[in-house]
Amino acid sequence: MGFYLAQLLTGLANASSLFLIASGLSIIFGVTRIVNFAHGSFFMIGAYLAYSCVTWFDVGILGFWGSMLFAALCVAVIGGVIEILLLRRLYKSPELFQLVATFGIVLVVQDIALAIWGAEDLLGPRAPGLDRAVRILGEPIPEYDLALIVIGPLVLGLVWLLFHRTHWGILVRAATQDREMVAALGVNQQWLFTSTFMLGSFLAGLGGALQVPRESVSLLMDLSIIGEAFVVVVIGGMGSVTGAFIAAILISVLNSFGILLFPSISLLLPFLVMAVVLIVRPWGLLGKPGSGHGAPEAPQDPLRLLGKRAIWAWALILAALLTLPLADDGFLLVLMVDVLIAILFAASLQFLMGVGGMVSFGHAAYFGLGAYGAALCVKYANISMEFALVAGPVIGALGALFFGWFCVRLSGVYLAMLTLAAAQILWGIAFQWQDVTGGDDGILGLWPSEWASSQSAYFYLTLVLCSIGLMLLRRIAHSPFGYVLRGGRDSALRIEAIGLDLKAHQWMGFALVGGLAGLAGVLFAFSKGSIFPDSLSIPHSVDALIMVLLGGIQSLIGPILGAVSFILLEDWISRLDYWRFIFGTIILLIVVTAPNGLAGLLAPLWHKRRQRSGKGQSQ
Amino acid sequence: MLKLERINSYYGGAHILKDLSLDVQKHEVVALLGRNGAGKSTTMKSIMGLILPKSGTITYNNQAISNLASHQICQCGIGYVPEERRIFADLSVEENLEVGRRSSQTGPINWQKEDLFDLFPNLAERRTQRGGNLSGGEQQMLTIARTLMGNPSMLLLDEPSEGIAPVIVEQLAKAIKGVKAQGLAILLSEQNMHFARLVSDRTYIIEQGSIRYEGSFSDLDQHPNIWKQYLAL
Ligand SMILES: Nc1ncnc2c1ncn2[C@@H]1O[C@H](COP(=O)(O)OP(=O)(O)OP(=O)(O)O)[C@@H](O)[C@H]1O
Ligand SMILES: [Mg+2]
Repeated sequence: MGFYLAQLLTGLANASSLFLIASGLSIIFGVTRIVNFAHGSFFMIGAYLAYSCVTWFDVGILGFWGSMLFAALCVAVIGGVIEILLLRRLYKSPELFQLVATFGIVLVVQDIALAIWGAEDLLGPRAPGLDRAVRILGEPIPEYDLALIVIGPLVLGLVWLLFHRTHWGILVRAATQDREMVAALGVNQQWLFTSTFMLGSFLAGLGGALQVPRESVSLLMDLSIIGEAFVVVVIGGMGSVTGAFIAAILISVLNSFGILLFPSISLLLPFLVMAVVLIVRPWGLLGKPGSGHGAPEAPQDPLRLLGKRAIWAWALILAALLTLPLADDGFLLVLMVDVLIAILFAASLQFLMGVGGMVSFGHAAYFGLGAYGAALCVKYANISMEFALVAGPVIGALGALFFGWFCVRLSGVYLAMLTLAAAQILWGIAFQWQDVTGGDDGILGLWPSEWASSQSAYFYLTLVLCSIGLMLLRRIAHSPFGYVLRGGRDSALRIEAIGLDLKAHQWMGFALVGGLAGLAGVLFAFSKGSIFPDSLSIPHSVDALIMVLLGGIQSLIGPILGAVSFILLEDWISRLDYWRFIFGTIILLIVVTAPNGLAGLLAPLWHKRRQRSGKGQSQ
Repeated sequence: MLKLERINSYYGGAHILKDLSLDVQKHEVVALLGRNGAGKSTTMKSIMGLILPKSGTITYNNQAISNLASHQICQCGIGYVPEERRIFADLSVEENLEVGRRSSQTGPINWQKEDLFDLFPNLAERRTQRGGNLSGGEQQMLTIARTLMGNPSMLLLDEPSEGIAPVIVEQLAKAIKGVKAQGLAILLSEQNMHFARLVSDRTYIIEQGSIRYEGSFSDLDQHPNIWKQYLAL
């Protein structure tokens, strides 16, 4: 009995921290509609700052709690500065830009923290006055855990009062429902957004600070908490603080009992719960369907068919690529294989987003499924590369069918979150099911068949398969199937009104891109000879999003431009010190200066040239 | 007081308002009449800065407002009551009023919650209820009351009588006359001629994004052909 109580109390103590970060995330999303990946970074900064404060002025109980609050306040100020300098420019941009921008912040913050606090994990002091354990029913319970259990509901109460008893709080709740109307009633949105963002950052910073006496502070805190925080927000309902509280307790308590039954469930469980909740209640426990008055949707330009000259240009590029192995057989070929794989990966995501109108935050799921599927087949069934090249895409497509069935029932940011959850579930399996997947050590020894084992042969193989994949996507985008998807993207109601089953089309769209991402995964696995869980991780999904963003979401050529520039950039930058900082900064600059991606930057030049030559390209 | 000169507004590529001009004088109630899709709501939204007109000028008390953000336009003294009402469904009636409250007085009177409960007695009984649980008529009253909390000197009322029971329409007309008596100017978009006639001093008829007629209701009655051309269904 005592043991279970102790387990329950540990769960509740964990819930407090999780609630703090998740409530901040939820408040920010509710008002600004920004999915803030950088929220985990605020949590981490809060922890580091609190660690520094507590260890510098070691002045008893008052000093300890003062340090916690001071750290959280600093994070609030940092959040405010970021909002004013960066996010303010992005409220009208598509979700993709906001997400990638906040991921840029994650990268920048990681390297700043590395520069200030170093790579070593830091172990903070215990909380003065709460550094022992009390016995409850014979089990020792840390006093600090009990304090945390009180702090969670206390903060919930204070936030509730703030939101129901102050003019500011009422404005925030109103803006969560219809921010345009709030502006029409004379409220300066910028001021409201900044202050909301600061409150959310404060809560994340406090959550991080309060972890200092319980666990060591490390550079991994940001991404390890953010996945769970997203889950809590989605389960609770985006924008609902009370929902976040309930969800945090649900997740943490289930987790603390779950690990008794299956020790390795902790990475999976939150995402499984989320998937179940979203199926039963698509807007979360206490959430509401979003107000129709969000960011304005820009109608997208129709896709253009290729002109004759463009076809010639592509043929030339292809021919140039075919002769590449003559010019070089070392480094360049390896790089080109990476580029081609990235192009296929990005193009499949771009199809889903640009043509299908479905934003996926977890596209790495299908890449990884294809790669792992093929690798496992090779390892356990001893099949050849040729079979693996078929098996991988099939497995990717089947996975996409499975997760897509749930995803197409949702829309907008909930859909995006579910795709993220899918990827995290798969990542958790690959990471924890050591006996089968090799866990962190991955699966090694995947070699191409004899005939494809030379670098140039493998390059040709990749070139052919990726070109087929791209042409297929293009064909389908211009087929009746593609028209239905694009129609549904622009107006789901209209498509359904003419009697078409949009969901079924979207589901098939999911399967298609899942299969092609899977193909990219298999090609990747055989080109490296190995596969690791990070092929399924959040950063890998974000890579694909960055490529789509770089190229611009509106054109089918976009992913090619995006993937080429991404791989070349990454190849160059990742050799530098503090490459995350540099890369993050570049991302932020691009997001702010080129809202239509590189293709958008180049398009005006292209038009100018065409006008000057006086020969309009045929439709 | 309010003056629109040759406004052109677009939704994406669709040209909706075409060289639209109109004006509203102090203490005047002006009705903007027209069929579905004529551009009444678009006119209101353009005034309020929810759509940026591509060309033309809008002035309020001789100050150009066409380039201001909507909260600044509201702070100049224009109160907007949207067609869809856009009540904050999760907030109580009192909280909805609180969102509209502004301390500075731009209009002739400084409204308090109690004044508005006097003006709309139905709301008084429901002050702690969720906005989303009100009937359509009550929601319409709440939207108007919420906007009045900002102490505007002018109201933009977009089809207030739409979808409301006749009894409530009469109450609404009475309240609007009360508001007018306090010295507010009103631009009212309507399809309900009976209602428009009850409250307005002057009318404009809008068709395909341009003003086609201007005059009083009694003038309009002299011109059955105009009536037939632009208003009859
Ligand atoms: N969000 C929008 N996007 C594109 N077109 C729109 C949009 N809103 C309105 N329109 C179009 O603009 C035109 C004018 O619409 P508006 O809403 O101003 O008409 P209205 O006179 O208010 O009509 P109603 O009496 O039905 O309210 C219509 O043709 C309508 O189809
Ligand atoms: Mg209208």
